[in-house]
Amino acid sequence: MARSVKKGPYVFHKLMDKVLKAKDAKKKSVIKTWSRASMVIPDMVGETIAVHNGKIHVPVFITENMVGHKLGEFAPTRTYKGHSGNRK
Amino acid sequence: MARIAGNDLPKNKRGVIGLTYIYGVGRSRAHEILQKAGIDDNTKVNDWTDENVRTIAKMLQDDYKVEGQLRSEVQMNIKRMMDIGCYRGLRHRKGLPVRGQRTQTNARTRKGRKKTVANKKKATK
Repeated sequence: MARSVKKGPYVFHKLMDKVLKAKDAKKKSVIKTWSRASMVIPDMVGETIAVHNGKIHVPVFITENMVGHKLGEFAPTRTYKGHSGNRK
Repeated sequence: MARIAGNDLPKNKRGVIGLTYIYGVGRSRAHEILQKAGIDDNTKVNDWTDENVRTIAKMLQDDYKVEGQLRSEVQMNIKRMMDIGCYRGLRHRKGLPVRGQRTQTNARTRKGRKKTVANKKKATK
């Protein structure tokens, strides 16, 4: 079921703080986060956010198209490079 | 013979069914359209007057996204997901099911025909 509009998009509060701070700072630095469930909001556009995939923080550069998706969608949690015989 | 929204030629079927031959029109939309046009659902497509056909065509053009336009919109959405590299985009790229279905077995619609692997061990009981 979709989230109630009344509540607005979910962003982990500590991440929210960091994003707003980074926006004011005007200095690009990578924001590390474990919060894969947070939604990408317009304030994040232009920032690089390192999203944890269970092992490392995958740097994701946020573009306008990504708004409305969740951060976790951009940091795959599984590695699968194909079977040995498959050449393509 | 009715020719609506490009090259669709629904035949001598009931109106509601005939309209569903158009990409982007299903049963509920067909019903809605016919109701607005004041035509009975059960009237055969053959029995529509030219006037009827025209109103329906106009309605489809103005109020609904059908056929080519709709197809390209869907394609655009998929392309967008592939470009931003989100999970669903990656699944589209790999030609695997997008909505979390299992892939150990089945998923043949997305994966295409079975590719047999030589000497693959059968699971032992």
